[in-house]
Amino acid sequence: MIAITSDPIDVSAALTYLQSDQAGAIDFFLGVVRDNTQERPVDRLEYEAYDRMAISEMQKIADEAHQRWPILRYTIIHRKGTLQIGEIAVLIGIATAHRAASFDACRYIIDTIKQTVPIWKKEVFANGETWVNAHP
Amino acid sequence: MSSSVSVLLFGITRDLTGQSAVSVPFPEGGSVGDLIDQLHLDYPALASIRSLLVAVNGEYAESEQILAQNDEIALIPPVSGG
Repeated sequence: MIAITSDPIDVSAALTYLQSDQAGAIDFFLGVVRDNTQERPVDRLEYEAYDRMAISEMQKIADEAHQRWPILRYTIIHRKGTLQIGEIAVLIGIATAHRAASFDACRYIIDTIKQTVPIWKKEVFANGETWVNAHP
Repeated sequence: MSSSVSVLLFGITRDLTGQSAVSVPFPEGGSVGDLIDQLHLDYPALASIRSLLVAVNGEYAESEQILAQNDEIALIPPVSGG
């Protein structure tokens, strides 16, 4: 399952979705809003997505992961809109029979999302704001 | 013959232009590379961005790709999801 949502991400619903009698391992990666970037205090993050393309790019990543590892079920959910400190920005969940594949697939998916999926993050500080990665 | 294409803008490109979509004068048969050149002329502030890619109909496009007027075209500044 792949989604972009403006609503808070429900981790327990994702867990329920991933569980099955064949799934001996379920691995989650949660990206969470941190209160600083390089020690500069962050007030909040604002995420924006090109929804249609973000979904299709995440689907490509999931399909590639499916080719590489024996995945039973997966879920990839990304938030958009304004997120406060401590909120979950992204959830990757992978269910496999054994743990090595779920760890590896989970890491592959989050690392690749950061490279190719058209989602943008703005850090909002007390005295300014920055689109992450935008400038040289 | 000259016409125009509409380009969707996100993130820093939307902030720099103050618009979520712009209409760009554009020759029929022009390429993605031509579009980027035209955008840089019309919006010099875009030059401050580390890299700019173009998506056509939801897929990353090479600079040689020829654009059609009914394509959905989007400017993709450096992504920062996760």
